[in-house]
Amino acid sequence: MAATALDSEITKSDKYSILLPTYNERENLPIIIWLIVKCLDTSGYDYEVIIIDDGSPDGTQDIAKQLQKIYGSNKIILRPREKKLGLGTAYIHGMKHATGNFIIIMDADLSHHPKFIPKFIELQREHDLDVVSGTRYKDDGGVHGWDFKRKLISRTANFITQMLLRPGASDLTGSFRLYKKDVLQKLIDSCVSKGYVFQMEMIIRARQLDYTIGEVPITFVDRVYGESKLGGSEIIQFAKALLYLFATT
Amino acid sequence: MTKLLEWVSVLSAFVAVWYSLVAGYVKHPMIEKNMTLVIVSPLIFVILFGLYAVSVILYRVFTFNNCEDAAKELQEEIKEARRDLQEKGLRW
Repeated sequence: MAATALDSEITKSDKYSILLPTYNERENLPIIIWLIVKCLDTSGYDYEVIIIDDGSPDGTQDIAKQLQKIYGSNKIILRPREKKLGLGTAYIHGMKHATGNFIIIMDADLSHHPKFIPKFIELQREHDLDVVSGTRYKDDGGVHGWDFKRKLISRTANFITQMLLRPGASDLTGSFRLYKKDVLQKLIDSCVSKGYVFQMEMIIRARQLDYTIGEVPITFVDRVYGESKLGGSEIIQFAKALLYLFATT
Repeated sequence: MTKLLEWVSVLSAFVAVWYSLVAGYVKHPMIEKNMTLVIVSPLIFVILFGLYAVSVILYRVFTFNNCEDAAKELQEEIKEARRDLQEKGLRW
């Protein structure tokens, strides 16, 4: 009894800061916020959402301000930047203003559903993990809206990466994750790559620094609004990052 | 040790064993009888591994979960969110 009372004391003080980097997401932003509030208010966890908008020309920030009025400025925090400056720096920028001891990162384009956040938190608490990563490649995880070619590229890239890097996590390029705040800070400091391969490097560095990693299968519904991107230049970026990490870690 | 060095060391060990058999440093009637097999064995290994890789990848492509239910659920939630946010006074 004493142990459980103590546990609940510790977990009561846990706070989760959700970082949402946005660029032209005026259609998606209200819906993702609504979903986060719906999924987390019922779970009872203490949380805040930090919106980091990189100067979207479509009025994302105006929508964000309205949402702040609706849900309160203790729940919705706006930390815009003037122009597009990249994902890694967006996390650093958001983290500076985060009051939680855990950071959750996710995409604002509705491909990541907040209903998985309570599962991330439960798994983290169960094993006191440093990182919990959502995975599209295991058990009930999956992807909606990908054709054969996209699946083939994705599975092949994943197979090669698993073979060369043995990262101890099945989804390296996903960006739906929970980190202890100090762990995320250290990982960002040790990462050199930019763009979406940054997510892959974060997990590899986590393994290198002996952090514990857990995985939660997630369903990934590819962009409902707007275009999803996977072109030749992304594949080349990925291959370069893979070889770099293969030779240096 | 980096992953590259791990690969290099394991590969060198295999090459060393293979070369010692081919060049005749290790002598045994069994080896001499099957010399052609010994010589082409790395190629056979590469081909077998390639077949393994292709079958694993294709299996995983065809069993990739399509998440139809998750997509439907999300569409419903989007409608609900739009209604609710409109009531709360969001203009967008």
